[in-house]
Formats: sequence, structure tokens, C-alpha cells
Amino acid sequence: MDSDNKEQALKAQNAYWRANVTTLLCLLAVWFVVSFGCGILWVDTLNQFSFFGWKLGFWFSQQGAIYAFVVLIFVYVWRMNALDRRFNVEEDV
Amino acid sequence: MSAQVLTYVFVGLTFGLYIAIAIWSRSGSTQEFYVAGGHVHPVANGAATAADWMSAASYLSMAGIIAFEGADGARYLMGWTGGYVLLALCLAPYLRKFAKFTVPDFVGDRYYSQTARVVAVLCVIFISFTYIAGQMRGVGIVFSRFLEVEIEMGVIIGMGIVFFYAVLGGMKGITYTQVAQYCVLIFAYLVPAIYISLMLTNVPLPMLGFGATVSDGSGMFLLEKLDGLTEELGMAAFTEGRKSTVDMFFITAALMAGTAGLPHVIVRFFTVPKVRDARISAGYALIFIALLYTTAPAVAAFARLNIIDSLNEASYAELPDWFGKWEDSGLLAWTDKNNDGRLQYRGGPALSPTKPVFTDDRGQQGQRLVSNLQTDNANELYIDRDIIVLAHPEIAQLPNWVVALVAAGGLAAALSTAAGLLLVISSAISHDLLRNTLAKNLTDAQELRWARIAAALAIFVAGLFGIYPPGFVAEVVAFAFGLAAASFFPVILLGIFSTRMNKEAAIAGMLSGLTLTAGYIVFFKFLAPELNQAEYWWFGISPEGIGTLGMLLNFAVSAVVMRLTPAPPAAVQEMVRSIRIPKKVN
Repeated sequence: MDSDNKEQALKAQNAYWRANVTTLLCLLAVWFVVSFGCGILWVDTLNQFSFFGWKLGFWFSQQGAIYAFVVLIFVYVWRMNALDRRFNVEEDV
Repeated sequence: MSAQVLTYVFVGLTFGLYIAIAIWSRSGSTQEFYVAGGHVHPVANGAATAADWMSAASYLSMAGIIAFEGADGARYLMGWTGGYVLLALCLAPYLRKFAKFTVPDFVGDRYYSQTARVVAVLCVIFISFTYIAGQMRGVGIVFSRFLEVEIEMGVIIGMGIVFFYAVLGGMKGITYTQVAQYCVLIFAYLVPAIYISLMLTNVPLPMLGFGATVSDGSGMFLLEKLDGLTEELGMAAFTEGRKSTVDMFFITAALMAGTAGLPHVIVRFFTVPKVRDARISAGYALIFIALLYTTAPAVAAFARLNIIDSLNEASYAELPDWFGKWEDSGLLAWTDKNNDGRLQYRGGPALSPTKPVFTDDRGQQGQRLVSNLQTDNANELYIDRDIIVLAHPEIAQLPNWVVALVAAGGLAAALSTAAGLLLVISSAISHDLLRNTLAKNLTDAQELRWARIAAALAIFVAGLFGIYPPGFVAEVVAFAFGLAAASFFPVILLGIFSTRMNKEAAIAGMLSGLTLTAGYIVFFKFLAPELNQAEYWWFGISPEGIGTLGMLLNFAVSAVVMRLTPAPPAAVQEMVRSIRIPKKVN
């Protein structure tokens, strides 16, 4: 019985960790696209479009990427807090 | 009141505030001295992290670099903010769960090795001293420019203030002074930017004004006008980059990974009560940082426009008052190449060597003469980048109190970063080197005394660096980031995300990453600086960006070595599993 419980707890931990890593990878993909993608690799292509008074690629590299970074962290916090609750691994107060 | 009197008032008031906070928040235990007792509210930690992170370079130099480099400046904007995503997602929450005091603590415990711990201590000390030298110099420069105090005296005053709250208060004192310093520095940065944005575009928010139309009735977008002017004068268009895509990519990545691996930033996340606080606190920190970082490129564009408008084609007598003042401090120089009596501001460096060497004589119109050779291009203006933030309020003719504010903000930026670095150095010595390595039987009270002594010594050394700056400081700052990217970042990341990662792999990975990065930088910066050009670089990567390659090598070597050597002890694997989960597991 005891070892069953332990095994189950370990299984739950692994599932939590996998969900955590999946969340990370999705968010890091966005992180890569907005900064290295839109701000560096495709900057010349995007610069052909204008966005208000900016060229689009220039805007991404000097403004847009930074806004996206802030949003990403808050999405991460929200997703992780939800995961903590779902897997019942929240810290005790 | 004159700008100078107001500067004295503002600087005096803010210093008084920092001292008051230091007295209120003294540390009584090592727990308080190293991590402020672990009771810092996430918002307060966010503000403290922002002040800790934004240094004299962010505050004084970054907008200036962007003003003259235009689009290429984006590597700093993205690199120094994107690192926080890595930190928040991949490092901070797990290190908080680890719940120790320092970065060498983690490296030593995770890799069950005293060698690894000592190597980490040495890296921490090297990175932190590299950084702190620039901060103390920054303090001295602000004092000398605004208060007409000798640089040396300025550094000593700065040392005194930091001594007071860092030695007395430790992390606790530093945290709450940093919160105050953040408020001072962001206010001082935003007020002139908002003024200037209103003047140029009628839009109060600089980050929006930057993309708005200019208010001269032409209906042109500000950046369109700036691109037009820069191209007309034979310079690169403001919104077009000159660096290669490969180089931009590698430099940005090195700055990001370096940011996430810098010890004085990481330790800030040891100060909050819980794992979820560490997560959200990184978010607050980035909001606070983003306020300055999204304003900086706007300030850069405004300043470039204002400078072209007020200097180009003016005769010496027509030049604004501030020109003479900053010419006296050596940040501006005019050499009349075509003898037409007017200043032509064009592309390319005006002088050879680039920095002006002034003679004691004045020219026909009263301008300071230089002994430099003239370059072939038509540009007649030397302009130091640091002038953008320092002088922009004067350039835009803002009221005196705004000019005075900038000095207080610059001091806040430099002092807050210096204090954070000092604490990291002091804890590396008292905690990692003494308590955990050389003198394991130290009591808590003895360790605290050593921490204070180490902090005091570190301030003294930092002050010496500020007064006698080693000529290589600018060169080694890139090194600090490259080093953090090629050593700490991969080792900490793998230590959390792989249970199989072991001591052998960590040491082999760090050594290979560091050797490549250090070797490349030393070769191009010190041994053969004449070869430091794109055609000689590997894959077109400049020394600034080589940390990324070092990091990739570190990852690759670690991946191979860990498969060839035994797995880490069960207890270590258990520890890794436990830091992945916020809840305490027995």
C-alpha cells in the first residue's frame, strides 16, 4: 500500500513536470519568434510593412518584443499557478 | 534656482532618503544579510531587481548608443529584457525552491563538488568586479559633470553612501534602498522623455510619440523625418541596421543568456517568500525594466533629431549654450575642415583617433582646437554618446529642475547596481569561500562579521577601480556577459532540467565554454586588435556575441560527457526532483 502511494506520487510528479516543460516550450517558442524571428531574422521583410509611424520589423525589435516578453511572463505565472492547483503541488502557507 | 543648486538639493534629498532606509532596515542575522530574511514582497522585489539590474550603462549610455546606431541598438533592448523571460521560466522558481543563499551554493550542492563551488566563486567575483568598476566610475562622472566635484571626490562620496547601507543593512538594507532608487531613477528618466515627446510630437507617452507625426505641421512621421535627415547627411538611415544578421543574432542571444546567468540578478529571487512569488516577481521586475527600455529608443530618436536640428550648419556663435559647456568637458568637439565657419554634421568619425585631444588654444570663433588628424569625410563634429541622456534636457531647453533630476537618477542607477554587486561579492567570500570551504566551523555571528568585512573590502577595491579605472573595463564588460552565458547559464539550466547531469559534465562543459569564449575575446580585444573585423571573425560573430557559441559548446560537451560518466548520487537526483515541485516533499 505504502509503496503504491509512493509510486502514484512519483507518477503525479512526473506528469506535473511534463506539463511544466510543455508550457515552457510553447512560451519559449513565442519568445523566440517575437525577438529573434521578427526582430532579427525577418526584420528586413517586415520592414516593408508600416505599423503606425514605424517600420514593422524595427518596431518589433525596439518595442514589440519587449511588450511580448512582459506578457509571456504573466501568461507563464497564470498557467503555472493553474498547474500547481491541478496537480495539488502548491506550497503550504 | 540654478540647475546646480537644484542638483545639490535633489542629490542631497535622495541620499538622505537612502541613509534613513539603511538605518531603519539593519540586518541582524546572516539570513537577513544575504537574502533579507526571505520576506520581501514580490512587487518590492520586482522594483529592487529593476534597480539592481539597470546600471549606469542602461541609464546613461544605452539611449546614446541607440541614438547613434539606430536599428542596431535593438540588440541591447531585446538582449537585456529577453533574458528575464529565460530567468523567470527556466531558473528563478527552481532556485527559490532550492532555498539557499548564493549561486555558488547551488553549483556546489548540485554538482557535489568543492572544486565546482570554488570555480563558481571565482567567476562570481570576476563578473561582479568587472561590472562594479563601471558603476563607481559612473558615480564619479555624474558628480563631476553636474556638481563640479572632482571625479575622485565623487567616487569617495559614492563609496561612503554604499558603505553605509550595504555594510549595515546587507541584503535587507539594499533591497529597500533599491526600491527607493528605482522610483528616483525611473521618475528622472521619464520626466524629460515625456517633456520632449510632447514638444516634438504632442504625444505625452514617449513610447508612442516615437511612432507619431512631428508637430511642425508637415504631417511627417518622426522616424520618417529622421531617416530622411540622416540619409541626406550621408549617414546610415536611423531605422536600418548595419550589423550582419548573424552577429545581431549571436550578440542578442549572448546578452539574454548572460542576463539570466548574472549572479547579482539571480540572488534577488532568493529573497521572496515562495516559489510563486519568484515567478510573479520576475514579471513585475520586467514591467519596471520595460518602462525604461521602451522609453530609451524614443529618447534616442528624439535626441538625434534635436542634435541635427540645433547643430548642423550653425556657426560657433549660433550654437546653443550647452555646446560650449559640454565642449569644455570634452564630450563635444568641432573641427572646421572646410573653413566655412559653419559646423557640418555628417556621417563617419570626424577625427583620427576618434576621441578628441584638445590643445590649450581656441580657434578664430572661440572653439576649442584639437591636435587630432582630420579624417577624409566631411563630418566636423565629434560627439560623445553619453551626452544623450546627460545633456538632452538642456538640448531640449527643459526647466532647471528637470536637468537637476537627471543627476539624481544617474546616481540612483549606479549606486543601486553597485550595492547589489557588492553583496554578491561579500556573500561569495564569507559564505561560499569561508563558511562552506575554508572555515566550516564559523558561527552565524562570525560569518555575519566576515560578510561585513568582505563588503567593506569590496567597496574599497571598487572605489579604487573607480578612481583609477583600468583601461580595459569597456572591453571586459562584454566579457562578463559572455562568461555568464558560457558558464553559469548552461550549468544552472542543465542542473535543473536534467537529473542525469553530473559533476564531470558540468566541469568539462564550463571549461570548454569558458576557454572558447575567453580565448576568442582575449585574441581579438588584446592580442590582435587590428584583426578585430568581420572578415576575420568565425562565421561573422564578433567577440561581443561569442558567448553564445561558448554556451552552445558547453551544452554539447555536457551532453556527451554526462553519457560517458556515472550518474550523480541518488540524493542529488532526489534534490533535483524536489526543486521542480513547489510543495515540500518529505
